[in-house]
Amino acid sequence: MRSAVLVFPGINRERDMAYALQTVTGARPYMVWHSDTDLPSVDLVVVPGGFSYGDYLRCGAIAARAPDKNAVPPHVAAGRLVLGVCNGFQILTEAGLLPGVLMRNASLKFVCKEVRLRVENAKTAFTSTYAAGAVIRAPVAHGEGNYFADPETILRLEGDGRVVFRYCDASGETTAQADPNGSVNHIAGIMNERGNVVGMMPHPENLIEPMQGGTDGRGIFESIMRAA
Amino acid sequence: MKARITVTLKPGVLDPQGKAIEGALGGLGFAGVEEVRQGKLIEIELAETNPEIARASLDDMCRRLLANTVIENYRIELV
Repeated sequence: MRSAVLVFPGINRERDMAYALQTVTGARPYMVWHSDTDLPSVDLVVVPGGFSYGDYLRCGAIAARAPDKNAVPPHVAAGRLVLGVCNGFQILTEAGLLPGVLMRNASLKFVCKEVRLRVENAKTAFTSTYAAGAVIRAPVAHGEGNYFADPETILRLEGDGRVVFRYCDASGETTAQADPNGSVNHIAGIMNERGNVVGMMPHPENLIEPMQGGTDGRGIFESIMRAA
Repeated sequence: MKARITVTLKPGVLDPQGKAIEGALGGLGFAGVEEVRQGKLIEIELAETNPEIARASLDDMCRRLLANTVIENYRIELV
């Protein structure tokens, strides 16, 4: 499977992502610098986490308009896969590839901890190796992960099974306490209508081998490999 | 020509920063503060001298970058 990781100034999780991709898929991803306008032909584009352009103006706003971003819409239109994690999720919403917006955490605090996620839809290219309703562990590290969209958009996302991950507690219950940022309906990750673009705030790339404390995040990369 | 763009959160969108400021004002003893909303002020110096063309261009800037119209409104003033 061929993959590419987009790199913007201020991004800091691109190496974690590259390591996860190489470890799970066996192939080293292309690293695409923000000023590059050509995207190699790949099965998967990953927009990693960090603080692109210092989060100036709005999180992800500047990166969403960077030159290398122009190559992403054709990749999406061709039905190939895109995964955005953390700042990458923010960038995908700013770019209009996913609906809604990630706002300041309701607590106003940067949250860095491990959370639990419930796999809401296990029939996607990103989650097929998980059981539906599976509860997985995942680290989060963000100040602006509070997912918001207008009520019609939320209804559509929910109705179409496009909420892929939801924050929950260890028993799989979604509670306000288990939600680190106050997202609408405790949404942690969503996909586009076609099902080939997923954005999520938690970091699956940081839980892919026992040395990191667990392998719960591996399934996302294994699912993508199966789909690609 | 100078332009001033004010970006504010749409009514109904939760503004945790505004809420924090509201709490701090209350803490300082300012009574009667009913609501605080925080926004952004962006000043732009333009070469354009025709106000109509400038306004159209600023509107385009707001829609494409300066505001996220999912959650924000914007107001353009030519100074």
